[in-house]
Amino acid sequence: MKLPVYMDYSATTPVDPAVLEEMLPYFSDQFGNAASIHHKFGTEAGMAVSKARQQVANLIGAEAKEIIFTSGATESNNIAIKGVAERYGDKGKHIITCVTEHKAILDTCKYLEQKGYEVTYLGVDTNGMLDLQELKDAIRSDTILISLMAANNEVGVLHPVKEIGEIAREKGVFFHCDATQAVGKIPIDVNEMKIDLLSLSAHKIYGPKGVGALYARDKNPRVRPTAVLHGGGHEKGMRSGTLNSPGIVGLGKACEICQEVMAEESARLKKLSDKLIDEILGTIEFAKLNGDRQHRLPNVVNLGFAYVEGETLMMFMPELAVSSGSACTSATLGASYVLQAMGVKDDEIHGSLRFSIGRFTTEEEIDFAVECIEKSVHKARALSPLYDDAIQGKCCKYGKCCDHGHGCVDDE
Amino acid sequence: MQYSEKVMEHFNNPQNVGTLDENDPNVGVGTYGSPACGDVMKLYIKVENDAIVDVKFKTFGCGSAIASSSLLTEKIKGKTLEEAMEISNKAISEELNLPAIKKHCSVMAEEALKSAIEDIQKKRQS
Repeated sequence: MKLPVYMDYSATTPVDPAVLEEMLPYFSDQFGNAASIHHKFGTEAGMAVSKARQQVANLIGAEAKEIIFTSGATESNNIAIKGVAERYGDKGKHIITCVTEHKAILDTCKYLEQKGYEVTYLGVDTNGMLDLQELKDAIRSDTILISLMAANNEVGVLHPVKEIGEIAREKGVFFHCDATQAVGKIPIDVNEMKIDLLSLSAHKIYGPKGVGALYARDKNPRVRPTAVLHGGGHEKGMRSGTLNSPGIVGLGKACEICQEVMAEESARLKKLSDKLIDEILGTIEFAKLNGDRQHRLPNVVNLGFAYVEGETLMMFMPELAVSSGSACTSATLGASYVLQAMGVKDDEIHGSLRFSIGRFTTEEEIDFAVECIEKSVHKARALSPLYDDAIQGKCCKYGKCCDHGHGCVDDE
Repeated sequence: MQYSEKVMEHFNNPQNVGTLDENDPNVGVGTYGSPACGDVMKLYIKVENDAIVDVKFKTFGCGSAIASSSLLTEKIKGKTLEEAMEISNKAISEELNLPAIKKHCSVMAEEALKSAIEDIQKKRQS
């Protein structure tokens, strides 16, 4: 077993060796510009891009012509939301999204609010689940777009994408789905789920960083977001810029592999994450699972450890690479807004860790992780005055946030 | 978070972790911070003849909060109350070379100390 053990696959994944191998020729021998259609160098690159376009389309049940290559899901999300807002702004200026979406969605929506658009942010329940009735009620005559993710990046909770798609289609509103975390882990079919726009990223599915795709439905209904980047008119004018052919080839191959192995891989990962959840909840007191137990990705586990702080937990187990929802580990000192939206108390958010596993995770690593977590929680609680209070049954008698506390970066 | 070696030293081997008997008339207890804000320090000092003869702490917080707590206890052990009061958060944050965003952790240590000294002074008056 190689140390440290990587359990942060939701942040990024290693490139699959088969993907890397496929990419390599496009850096050197076959370096041509896919837009140079009059010589062999260009046509070779062009053919590789076409193949990749088909591979991406296959994974989500789309047609190749509906795939636009981008630099990643952040860009795809930007094109989908800003592009639809601009193109269809004369039909209406109302957008619906959810408070637990990724910042690439929320910040884009905030930007549009400054430009005169109105955004409804749906809430979630304590399990991170949406209320479909709330969604239905939020739709207005001037609603042009519903943007809801397939799976949450912090807690792994799944939204009922098919039901959302049906509601959107019935009301004649475009449905954009940020499926960055879901693609390659759970089956996604844009037709069956009535998705009109979909964002995905290569580096979450064992492809390279810096490349992703936007699916934009070609007919019934046709959706044509305006461009965010202007230039040579690449990608049907929706995304100018010379195509990143090695990256695109990598994304295509990554999608092809996901399609082949997804059913088996997800079943294996679900078993491993169930084991992680059950062993931790079974052995560590005051531990809890954040997010719905049933409706979740097979590979993401978010656990809360009361009375201890996430950064300390992570520092006590440097042999395990995970993420924390704690304010103390983020550059802005803001606690996880996803857990806050789920009603998790601030002090519990500080002790939350996200374990995300993947293709190369072994059962041995899960066993090792459980050991590390137990030791680390034990060590951190031995230092914690809150844990002392809890086991002595004392109630919390602490004050409010200190004047020099979080959010106060420069306190001198 | 990239921490200095000194932070890691204290974090991995924190000094004076534990509690003292709160009912002892010679023990002052100070707490500072809040669970919601992500750090709480509880500091115990045992004072004899105006000198801090023993000190223990428990801290809920990040790596720098624990290192700041540990360093503070090292600094005040054996000092008179007056000497201890002169130890500033700045001295702690400089010695640990805390990242700017984590400087409040040293403030927490200083405030917990002030609170513990107040506690012992109150106990003595009563």
